[in-house]
Amino acid sequence: MRMMSRRITLYILTAIVAITVNFFIPRLMPGNPALAVLGRVQAQESKQAIAALELQYGVQTKTGLWGQYMQYWSHLLHGNLGTSLNSYPASVGSLIRDALPWTIGLVGVATVISFVLGTLLGVAAAWRRGTWLDGLLPAMAFFQAAPYFFVAILAVALFSTKLGWFPPNSGYDTTTVNPGFNGPFLSSVLDHAMLPAVTIVLASIAGWIIGMRNMMITTMDEDYVLLGAAKGLPSHRVVSYAARNALLPSVAGFSLAIGFIVSGALLTEIVFSYPGVGYLLFTAIGSDDYPLLQGIFLIITLAVLLANLAADFVYAFLDPRTRQEA
Amino acid sequence: MRRLLRSPKIVVGLCLSVVFGLLAIIGPLLAPYSPNTSVSTTNGTPLPPSAAHLLGTTQVQQDVLSQLLVGGRSTILVSLVAGLAATVLAVLFGVTAGYFGSWADDGLSMLANIFLVLPALPLLIVIFGFMGKGTNPNDVVIGVIIAITGWAFGARQLRAQTLSMRARDFVDSAKVIGEKSWRIMTFEILPNLIPVVATAFLFTVIYGVGTYTALSFLGVISTSHWSWGTMLYWAQSAQAAQQVHLEWWWFVPPGLAVGLFGTGLALLNFGIDEFVNPRLRGGGTSGISGRRARRAGLPRRPQLGLTPVLDPARRAS
Repeated sequence: MRMMSRRITLYILTAIVAITVNFFIPRLMPGNPALAVLGRVQAQESKQAIAALELQYGVQTKTGLWGQYMQYWSHLLHGNLGTSLNSYPASVGSLIRDALPWTIGLVGVATVISFVLGTLLGVAAAWRRGTWLDGLLPAMAFFQAAPYFFVAILAVALFSTKLGWFPPNSGYDTTTVNPGFNGPFLSSVLDHAMLPAVTIVLASIAGWIIGMRNMMITTMDEDYVLLGAAKGLPSHRVVSYAARNALLPSVAGFSLAIGFIVSGALLTEIVFSYPGVGYLLFTAIGSDDYPLLQGIFLIITLAVLLANLAADFVYAFLDPRTRQEA
Repeated sequence: MRRLLRSPKIVVGLCLSVVFGLLAIIGPLLAPYSPNTSVSTTNGTPLPPSAAHLLGTTQVQQDVLSQLLVGGRSTILVSLVAGLAATVLAVLFGVTAGYFGSWADDGLSMLANIFLVLPALPLLIVIFGFMGKGTNPNDVVIGVIIAITGWAFGARQLRAQTLSMRARDFVDSAKVIGEKSWRIMTFEILPNLIPVVATAFLFTVIYGVGTYTALSFLGVISTSHWSWGTMLYWAQSAQAAQQVHLEWWWFVPPGLAVGLFGTGLALLNFGIDEFVNPRLRGGGTSGISGRRARRAGLPRRPQLGLTPVLDPARRAS
C-alpha cells in the first residue's frame, strides 16, 4: 500500500497548501486589499460584519501573523468559514451547504456518464481505425477547446429557446412544486438537470475518447492481443481483453481531469442559473463577497481531493500491481 | 519538415493558428468602430447583422465585430504569455527533476503534483478577486498568473522523458568529458525533448485561452477590458440566448473564435503526437492512399497492431 500512503500524503499536503494560500492571499496582495474591502463595505455593513471581517483579514488586531494563522486553522477545524458579506448574517458554511448537493449531484452523474460513454466510444474508435469514426476526432477537438459555458449557451439557445424542450434555468420549478421527497419535485429536478448534464457530458467527453483511443491503439500491439486474435477468439472477446488493460491510464488520468470538469461545471451552472456552488460563486464575485469566495475555494478543493482519493481506490482495486508490497 | 506538412491536421492547425495570430496583431486596426461607443440611437434591443454592422450590435448598440477584433488581441496575448511562461517553468522544473533525481526529484515532483490536483480556476478566482477589478488589468501580468497554475502538466511529462534520456550513452559521455550539469541539460538533453516541449506549450496555450475566457466570463477581470470572455459576459448578463428572438450574433462569434483558436492548437498537437507515434494515425492519413494500398494488396484499415507500411524501395519505383 505504498502507493496509497504516498497519494494520501500528497492530498493532505495539497489541502494544507490550499488553506495556507487562502490565508495569505488577502494579506500579501499589493496595497492591502483587506483594507480596501473594509473601506468599500464600511458604508453598508453593520458593526458586527465589519468586526468579523477585521478578525478574518487581520486588520486592527494585536495578534501577530503566526497567531492569526493559528486562529484561522482553529476556526476551520471547528467548521467555521466566516460570515457572508452579501447575505449577512448567514454563515458561509450554511450557504455552501445548501448549494453543494445540487453541484455534487449534477457533476457526479454527468462525469460518470461522460467517462463510461467516452471510454466505450474510444474503444470503438481504436478498433475501427480508418473508418468514419476517425472523423470524430477534429469535431471532438472543437468541443474540448470550446469553453463549457459556450456549449451551455448554445444548448440553451437551441434546446430551450428555439425548441422549448427543456427549461432554461433554475434547479426546479419554484412556482409549482414543493421541495421534498415527492414525485413532482423529483421529476422537476430531473427535467431541469437534463440540459446542464448534457452540456457537461458533451464538453468533457472528448478527453476520454481521445485518451482511450490512443491507449487502445498502443495496447493492441501487445502480443497477448495478437495471440488472442490468432487463436480465433471472437473479436468482442479480443477487444475486451485489450480494453481492460487500456483502461488503466484513463482511470489514472481521472485525477487530472476532475479539476477541469468541476471548474467547467461551475461555469455551466452560471449559464443555467443552477442553484449550485457555481452560481453561488458567481453571485459572490458580483457582490465582492470575499469570505464566501474563499470558503467556496476551500470546499471545492476538498471535494476535488476526495474525488481523487476515490479514483485512487478504484485504481488500486483494478490494478493488482499497485497493491503489491514493495 | 515536409513530412510534417503532409499531415492535414498540421496544415489545418497551422492555418488556424496563423490566422488568429494575424488577427491579434492587426485586428484592432481593422475594427471599424471603438468597442465602447454606441453606434446607433435605438437603445435597448440588439440589431441583427446588416451591411453597416456585419455582426450586428449589442444591447447598448456597440458594434460586435469591433469588439471581436479588439478583444482578440487581449485573448490571444494572454494565452500566448501564459503558454510561454508555463513552458519555461515546466522545462526548468521538469528537466531539473528528471536529471538530478533523488531529493530534488522528490521535492519538485511533489510540487508539480500539488499544482496538478489543486483546482486551478477557483484559486485564480480568489487571486484575481483580491487584485480588484477596478484597475485596468495588464495582459502580461494576467498571463503570468495563469501560467503559475498551468505548468505542472508539462513538467511531469518532461520529467519522465528526461528520466529515460539520463541513462543514454551520449549523456554519459558528456559527463565523462566533464561538461557542466546545466550544459548537459540545455544542450544535450533539451534538443531531444523538442516535441514534448512543443506539446506542452500548445497544451498550456489552450489552457490559457480557456482559463482567461472563463475568468473574464465570470467578471473577475475588469468587465470593461475587452476580450472574448468579456463579450460572453455581457451577452450572458443580457440573457442573449434566452430572448425570443435569439440574439445569436452576439454570443456565437466570441465563443466560436475561442473554440476555433483552441481547435487549431489542438490539431497541431494531434499532428505532433502522430508524427512522434505514427500508429496513432487514422487509416486515411497513414501516408498511403487507398488506391495504392489496394494495389499493394494491403487491407484498407490497419488491423490490431499491424500498420500497413510500403517498402520505400518499391514505393519509389
